[in-house]
Order: sequence, then structure tokens, then C-alpha cells
Amino acid sequence: MSSKDLTSAQTSPDEIAAVIQERGLRGSIRTLTRLGLQRVRQGELGPLPVILGLIVIALYFGSQTSWVFLNARNMSNLVLQIAAIGAVAIGIVLVLLLGEIDLSVGSIAGLTSAILGVLIVYHDWPWWLAIIVMLAVGAGIGAFQGAWFAYFGVPAFVVTLAGYLAWQGVQLRVLGSNGTVNVFEPHIDKIAGSYLPTYWGWALGVGVAAVYAAANLLKQIRRRRAGLSSQPLVVLLVWTTIITAISLGAVGYLNDYAGVPTAGVIMLGLVFFFAWLTTRTKFGRYIYAVGGNVEAARRAGINVRAIRIWVFTLSGLMAAVGGLIFTSRLTAASTQTGTGTFLLEAIAAAVIGGTSLFGGRGSVWSALLGALVIGSVSNGLDLMSQPPEIKYMVEGAILLVAVTVDAIARRGREAAGR
Amino acid sequence: MKALTDVDFDVYPSEVVALCGDNGAGKSTLVKCVAGTHPPDAGKIFFEGREVKISSPHDATRLGIETVYQDLALCDNLDVVQNMYLGREAVRRFVPFAVEPLSEREMEKQSLDVLKSLRVTTLMSVRAKVAQLSGGQRQSVAISKAVMWNSKIVLLDEPTAALGVAQTEQVLALIARLREQGLGVVVISHNLAEVLDIADRIVVLRLGRRAATFERGEATPDDVVAAITGSRMLKASGDS
Repeated sequence: MSSKDLTSAQTSPDEIAAVIQERGLRGSIRTLTRLGLQRVRQGELGPLPVILGLIVIALYFGSQTSWVFLNARNMSNLVLQIAAIGAVAIGIVLVLLLGEIDLSVGSIAGLTSAILGVLIVYHDWPWWLAIIVMLAVGAGIGAFQGAWFAYFGVPAFVVTLAGYLAWQGVQLRVLGSNGTVNVFEPHIDKIAGSYLPTYWGWALGVGVAAVYAAANLLKQIRRRRAGLSSQPLVVLLVWTTIITAISLGAVGYLNDYAGVPTAGVIMLGLVFFFAWLTTRTKFGRYIYAVGGNVEAARRAGINVRAIRIWVFTLSGLMAAVGGLIFTSRLTAASTQTGTGTFLLEAIAAAVIGGTSLFGGRGSVWSALLGALVIGSVSNGLDLMSQPPEIKYMVEGAILLVAVTVDAIARRGREAAGR
Repeated sequence: MKALTDVDFDVYPSEVVALCGDNGAGKSTLVKCVAGTHPPDAGKIFFEGREVKISSPHDATRLGIETVYQDLALCDNLDVVQNMYLGREAVRRFVPFAVEPLSEREMEKQSLDVLKSLRVTTLMSVRAKVAQLSGGQRQSVAISKAVMWNSKIVLLDEPTAALGVAQTEQVLALIARLREQGLGVVVISHNLAEVLDIADRIVVLRLGRRAATFERGEATPDDVVAAITGSRMLKASGDS
């Protein structure tokens, strides 16, 4: 891996290290820019477009609302607005990685929300038991749909489209003639209605930065000890500084208003967990393998059917988690929960965040980034007092742009390969 | 319908055997029999002197027989290490649960060692995605993947069919190194020049039968073509 090989495409940490060591600062910036551009042309975009998009969106809405959009109270609101969609979008990311789609998540969120409300309000169940049941129902529905797809070979698109209708029907049946159930249960309300105390917020911010730094430092030390290529300390230092700044900056900002919203912490925790599951475990590796090349996965001895069923189970589970956060935020389970734009916003979040519709490419982080985009647009248009029809049109346009970027990137990859 | 009759052939350690024949001669079917994807109805397979039964790909793998098919079976979206270990990942079992954290360092180190021992040196990084590799590099990765599990015999189905001249050279050199390392290699190929260049023995199939066997240096291209097309009956000396 000497520097003369750098004419080809990939920019891995090894190459960055080699470039920095061999070309000095000015030269290395030039080379890395060239490699970066090459990579973009080859369709390996990663989270770059969405991060640029977020900056543009923030500046636009900021300037249009005399910076009300960016103030602490509104950012805190934004976090609460995207928590439910973000959780559901995590499940969608997993399904998209398989190269499939799940259209039933909105209805599952609605149904499980109804179950939660009815169990607590009409049947006086303890809050924790009701939560366990709602999550189990979500996972169960996902497993059922996944098995139907995996065993009968019915396209997942159709199975979950059927689910989209059917579970909405069940939702209406569960809610009965009254329609809306008001859930005034203190524990449930706290999920989206409470904030971390200031000092816990700071502890969280410091903790995230410290864990990031420690984990990566340890990784580099171990790689060096194992005789593998490792990043130079400078790169690690730069990244740690960026992460620390983002993490402490966000906490400081949110503490300026009411503190870090609990729902935001839950969503972030879920993102961390699923990011670990998909990139650091055998199970996660198999999701990518099945999404990348089913035949290769099968020949490698991977139980494709089991992976598919598990992924749809997790998607159903995350839909129920989204339903829980949503119920808490509205303090109600209604016939409208999970309907309307809920499903499309979750799918849009995953795709806008950079997860490919064609399978095998993307990351759980795109759920968070994409939910931020969707949430910001919706929040910003509200602040500008635009009517819902404008919102629909803008969200539709953003989804189209995101999918188009994905499709063009894919063509770039195909042209670059071989 | 019978696809194959009387098709005995041998392969020994440190030897490259080429299977030749026109389309439909039964080369692929024969390889599938040995690889376990298409178990034969009759006939015997001997492995290291004892008779074995290969009724599934798993049986073949367990004996140390690996197959690299034409379409490679690599995942484009995964990197080289991930592909080489696909389905056999090294894991750390500290979680008493089905979720097994991967041991990336170990896998990367082993992959590097294998690639180095086979002198597959044109890769920039073992962390490059397979989608970014050239055809020859992909074929090299697919072959390296097949031999890294203590395999004894490797079956290669048209390994150079889709490659350019330089990349074909790369793959042929790799095949020669497999032989140096003591593996038995079976290559299916259409390309006569290539076959004559690398094979220690050439087995020609025609219409599901073995038409001829040539030892290295015994045959001219014309002889092999004649055997493939059946244009002229040939006294095949390796046929004893």
C-alpha cells in the first residue's frame, strides 16, 4: 500500500495516513480532495449529501424566520418531533439494507399505540406491562410478515401493503366506537414530556465524546499491536474534536431551554445500538450480505430466510417503539395515529439519510440524519405558517431528490466497477 | 437423460487439470458432481484413497473441495476481508447470546497473510469494496477465498472467461501458485492456448464422454481441437 497506488479509488484510513506522512499538509489536502471527488464520481457518497442538505435547510429556515428556527426552544421541539419518526426509520433502514421495503410500519405504530392506550385506560393494566405487550405485538406482526415473505416468496412490498391496510383495520377495531383514548399515565407521558436534568445532560455529552475517543484510541492501539495499518494520531484527534464539539454543543444548546429531551436520548441510544448491531456483529454482516448478493450469501451458508424474518421482526418492533413515543407526545392514542404521512416520512427519512433503496448500502445513522431533514422542513414550514399542502409538496420533492441522488450514485458505481 | 458417462479423471496434489470441451460437453455438470451441487446418480469419487460420498456442497467443503463459480459469488457492497470470511466470520463469544461480535483484527490479519502468500499484491487495501476492484482482482479474491480454508482441491469454472489479457495473466499466475502450494486444481476452460500453457493434464469431454486425455507437452493445439470437435478419431495415449 505505497503511495503510488493512490491513483485508484478508495480512500481508506491507511491511504490517508500514507498521504499525510508522505506529502505534508498542503500536498495531502490536495490529494485527499482529489480522492474525495473521485469517490463521489464513483457513487460512494455516504452521508455527505444529507449533511450538506441539513446545513442549507438550517440556514434557509433560520434566515426566513429571523433565526427563531435555530433557537434553543425550537431545537428542543425539533428533537421531540423527530424522535418517533427516527425510531421507525431505524427499522426501515434495516429492511432497506436487505433490499426490501416495509409499508406496514405506520399501521403497526398506530395499532400498537391503540393497544397501549386501551390496556392502560380501559383495562387498568400497569404501564410497564402494557408497554411490553405493545412491543411484543409489533415484533410479532413483523415476524409474521417476514415469515410470509421468506417462506411463500410473496414480495415484501405486497405482504406489507396488505399489512398496511389490515393493521389499520385492527387499530380501528381496538379503539372501538370512542375513537380517541387519552393516555394520562405519568410514566408514559414522561417519555416525550421530560428532560434530563442539566448535569445529566452534560454527563451524557461528555460520556459520548469520551467513549468515542477511548474506543477509537483502543482500536488503533490494538491494530498497531497486531501489525495492521493504523490511522495517525492526528486524524483521530481531529475526529474526536469534531465529535466532542457536536456532542457538547448540542447538550449546551438544549440545556439553554429545558434540557436534553428524554425521547431524544432514547432515539440516540437506539441508533447507537443498531449501528453496533449492523456493523460489528455477524448478524449485521449477514444483513448487508443478503442485501448485496443473495446468491453469494446463500452459497456462503448464510440462512437467508432467518435473516429476513429477523429483520422484519426488528422493523415491527421499532414501529411499536415509534408508536410508544408518538403516544406519549400526543398523550393520546387516536384513529389518526400512524396514518397520513407517518409511513412515508419514516421511509423518506431512511432514504434521505443515504440508505440505498437497492439494498446493501447505507447505515443506521441515516435514520437520524434523514429524520432531522424531514423534521426540520416540517418544523420550518410551520414556523413560516405555511399550510399543510405546501408541506406535502415540499416533502414529496425532497424524497424525489433523495431517491434520484441514490439512483444516480448507483449508476456511478456501476460505471466505475470493473 | 444421461448427461455424463465414463468420465473418469484424476487430480493429484500440486497438479493442474484442465477440463475442455465444446458447449454442452458436460464440463460444468461434471464439476457440479464433484462440488456437490449436483450429486451424480452413479459413479464413484475417491478422495485421498478412500471412497467418499458427496451429496451436498457442505460435504465437498468438509473434505476440502472448494469451487469458484463463473459468477464469483462475491458481495459487491462488502470489502475484501468481509467477502473472504463471509459465512465463516471470526467472532468473540463474550455475549451469551446469538449476537456474535466480529473479530475484525483477526480476520484482516489472516486475509492479508493469505493474499500475501498467494502474492495477490495488486489490491490497494483489503478494506476496499469489491465493487471497486478490477475483474482480475475480483477473480483473485474469489480464488483466495476458496483456498484459505485448508482446502485441498479447487475447482475453477472458466476463471478467465470475462478477463482482459493482463488480468488473465494475473489469474494464471495465481493458479500456478496454487499448484506450488500443493493444491490440486481443476480448471474448466475454453481457451486452448491458456490450457496448454498451465495444465499438467488435459481432459477433453465430448457429448458427455471423455474423448481424450493428454499429459503435459504431449498434445498440439490441433490434437486437442480434434478431440473437442471429434473431427478425427485420435489414439489418446493418456487413456490407459
